[in-house]
Amino acid sequence: MFIYTTPVYRLSLALQGFLDEQFYQLEELQDESSPNFVEEVVTLFFRDSSRLMANIDQALEQCPPDFHRLDKFLHRLKGSASSIGAGKMKNECAGFREFCSEENLEGCLRSFQKVKKEHTILRQKLENYFQLLRQVVPVDKATRSGS
Amino acid sequence: MAVDAEAQFHVLAVDDSLMDRKLIERLLKTSSSFQVTTVDSGSKALEVLGLKEEDQTSTSALSPQHNEIEVNLVITDYCMPGMTGYDLLKKIKESSSLKDIPVVIMSSENVPSRINRCLEGGAEEFFLKPVQLSDMRRLGPHILKGKHKEQQQLHQEENSNTNHTIMGSSNNNNMSNKRKVMDEEILSDRTRLGFSSSSLNLI
Repeated sequence: MFIYTTPVYRLSLALQGFLDEQFYQLEELQDESSPNFVEEVVTLFFRDSSRLMANIDQALEQCPPDFHRLDKFLHRLKGSASSIGAGKMKNECAGFREFCSEENLEGCLRSFQKVKKEHTILRQKLENYFQLLRQVVPVDKATRSGS
Repeated sequence: MAVDAEAQFHVLAVDDSLMDRKLIERLLKTSSSFQVTTVDSGSKALEVLGLKEEDQTSTSALSPQHNEIEVNLVITDYCMPGMTGYDLLKKIKESSSLKDIPVVIMSSENVPSRINRCLEGGAEEFFLKPVQLSDMRRLGPHILKGKHKEQQQLHQEENSNTNHTIMGSSNNNNMSNKRKVMDEEILSDRTRLGFSSSSLNLI
């Protein structure tokens, strides 16, 4: 059985390269009064982002594509990614937005594929991460029980 | 929930994103044990502030005997459908009853012209998202300043009454001395310690 001593250790083990400092900040905001804060925020993120990506899909399928609406969705998606510290996904969204402003449909479609891929990887990694957390007993929190 | 001196300040947070509302609420409560109300639009914010004379449903457990919720600071997202954060700012600043409430604007986009426009429109601060715990420390002085202005206005109204007030006219000099002391306290760092000891525990 592992005993994690610091949040940084957990972070680097499970999520290196995909999440940035902002995720660490979320962990810092979690305490006894809000013990599931991080997972709650992450859940909201995936609910938000899935909806936005469905909207983006629709906007791209329109003939001609509605780049103005697309930009609004991307702004939201990028903002949400930034709020949970999903650095890679945020950057992909930024690239996507540039193609959007140029009204470059092909560039948009390629970018969107990348964003979707990042999104899927992130979801998997975070699911694994929360599962891992449930299996260990952190030294500083005596209330969590192991299996 | 314990009600202590630190929980006396009430912040109204406005953001159309549920995720960001959750985040800002947590930041506010963690940094300084503020009372927090969150709403998802500028028009709802105005309702809470009492600009529209309607029955409002409070979004958090507040003291039920007040018809109007007293808000000490408004923190709002800039980009919102319908009424933007800037529109909300202007409405607050143009209202005689609300103009002294400090307003802070948040945005995920770093656009200097937007930032200037907001500051010139009366916003106290402009935070870039994602908002950090360290940003929360910047709120204290604005809230205190707002409270101070509010008290000044109240005292002016009381003094202009010819009726007998609790204070009494001989206290005029005392009030101006007190104001001076409060000003100095606002400027000094010791205010932060008095305002919230939990802010010392920030990273």
